[in-house]
Amino acid sequence: MQPIRTFTSRTVVLPFTNIDTDQIIPARFLTSTAREGFGRHAFSDWRYDASGAPKPDFALNRPEAAGCEILVAGRNFGCGSSREHAPWALLDYGFRAVVSTEIADIFRSNSLKNGLLPIVVDEQTHAWLLQHPGVSLQIDLQASTLTLPDGTVVRFPIEAFARYCLLNGVDELGYLLQQGDAVTRYEQTHS
Amino acid sequence: MSIHHPAADPGWHAPAMKAKTLFEKVWEQHEVAPETADTPAVLYIDLHLIHEVTTPQAFAELRSRRLSVRRPDRTLATLDHSTPTDPAEVFGRVPIKVESAGRQVKEMEKNCREFGVELFGLGSDQRGIVHVIGPELGATQPGKTIVCGDSHTATHGAFGALAFGIGTTEVGHVLATQCLLQRRPKTLAIEVAGRLRDGVTAKDLILAIIGKIGVSGGTGQVIEYRGTAIDALSMDERMTVCNMSIEAGARAGMIAPDDTTFAYLKGRRFAPQGDAWDRAVERWRNLQTDSGARYDRVIELDASKLEPMITYGTNPGMVVPITATVPDHPNDAIHAKSLSYMGLHGGEPLLGKPVQVVFVGSCTNARLSDLEQAARVMRGRKVARGVRMLVVPGSQQIKREAEARGLAQVFTDAGAEWRESGCSMCIGMNGDVVAKGEYAVSTSNRNFEGRQGAGARTLLASPLTAAAAAVAGRISDPREFLRS
Repeated sequence: MQPIRTFTSRTVVLPFTNIDTDQIIPARFLTSTAREGFGRHAFSDWRYDASGAPKPDFALNRPEAAGCEILVAGRNFGCGSSREHAPWALLDYGFRAVVSTEIADIFRSNSLKNGLLPIVVDEQTHAWLLQHPGVSLQIDLQASTLTLPDGTVVRFPIEAFARYCLLNGVDELGYLLQQGDAVTRYEQTHS
Repeated sequence: MSIHHPAADPGWHAPAMKAKTLFEKVWEQHEVAPETADTPAVLYIDLHLIHEVTTPQAFAELRSRRLSVRRPDRTLATLDHSTPTDPAEVFGRVPIKVESAGRQVKEMEKNCREFGVELFGLGSDQRGIVHVIGPELGATQPGKTIVCGDSHTATHGAFGALAFGIGTTEVGHVLATQCLLQRRPKTLAIEVAGRLRDGVTAKDLILAIIGKIGVSGGTGQVIEYRGTAIDALSMDERMTVCNMSIEAGARAGMIAPDDTTFAYLKGRRFAPQGDAWDRAVERWRNLQTDSGARYDRVIELDASKLEPMITYGTNPGMVVPITATVPDHPNDAIHAKSLSYMGLHGGEPLLGKPVQVVFVGSCTNARLSDLEQAARVMRGRKVARGVRMLVVPGSQQIKREAEARGLAQVFTDAGAEWRESGCSMCIGMNGDVVAKGEYAVSTSNRNFEGRQGAGARTLLASPLTAAAAAVAGRISDPREFLRS
């Protein structure tokens, strides 16, 4: 995985609350056994009509959404199914961060393991971001901050170990494998 | 030699044992290493359930790192999510119609063979929905940590296990190390007093709970369901309640094990036998939350006041008593978007609304007692004209049992389709789908847009309510069918 430090991008806004992982990637696409290629199906039922043509009024289909790497969404983003295909689809589409006031547990965990930043901000910042689609934000993972166009710096919480892994481009499995002896001891005393 | 006995020492006080909740006990017994500010806890996983949809990429990762499965004996594999329910496809008389699903089945068979994991595959008479067969085989036990690449893993919490859904990367972690890195969640007690009335089921109870706390009300928390109404539930009913904990956003849902739990487990294939059984029961009795233990949050509910519930919107928190009207929030654009998808209007009654599909199945409501409930309404009645009813048992064992008890006959006599087990129309990956714009009363767990098929309109309810809708052809109060 590539280390993540800072990046700057414009936002695209989906103002709906409780966007579930079935919207992010509908189940009919989950019969693939690969990790790649889900981006073209991201938000499929919102993005395309029955004939497969893009719906022009959907935010991601507007010309100004091209190249946006930050998705600002309503409260409780990523609820529902545990499918990791959801962050895979968002990353493959081109997103690098999701900003909301609340992000569902399993989706957040899955995102951190793939380098998609789940960023939780306060209500006031969130309300401003919802009302100002397309603004440019700077995200600094080392400092755990998001900088608004007027220079306001907003801190966001991020689990310490996940942050360490993302900053260094390493994954958690290496660390878990190093615990092998402790796991063996545990297994011997807890049969 | 004198033995100093601390209790005889007047200056010695027995250390006050900290009162602990069920969750705390199970969590602490599984810490290979506790959490620190810099690192999450290393949590040992006793049982890993796997299925064909969320594992192929995890096995690929193991292969690329030249890793093996650490404990195949703690890994239980089945095929359920994208598998067919048509017997000809299941038993290989015709190819699996959804080709990509067929490839996924082949991939799972190959992975299990190569990594030495026993697979309850398509030909197995013990195959079924992963959250149905874990308990049915006695692999699900009190005090265990159980994970699966599926959010409805919370089901197993009904036995006093700590069970939660994980993503595919974590599936790889557990396959390779039998451990997970986890931050300790908070605890939420839901105290349910009273008793459910006839016609009101465990499904109605959990829908009411989700309606009360909201679809993110449980985020970051493990729920413990307690109280007289919970104690009175059968294991099937407890599983229905715990199953939908994730629909309130919770990490897991748990119920303390008691005699009902032990009676269910005794004699099952993977349950301890003989002396080991007695020792296990003794250990399991200690899992109850200690008196005086503190939860981060407590919510109270009275089961005797509940009505049959039904959802009207596009998440499980959008739920009302079946006799109520669709809530009206004229200035809420998100509510309006949801109602527009559902083709409903604020203020209109739900009773009497015509339906086109009825689905009885899923890890929420496809156990034997669920089928008995549906049959209780269906017996001697017919599925209404213009309604398609699909009944999909949770496992092959349940299927055989339902056939032996004449339940399957009740469904087929009524004109319903009786299928092989699997997730089927709950997730619609195998071709069992609801058409665009159609209304489906489903005993499953999610009414998200497109969940049961692109454009499908799902109304979640109990098996009684689903069966009542099937025979009436419209949304109906199941209690009217129980009086005669």
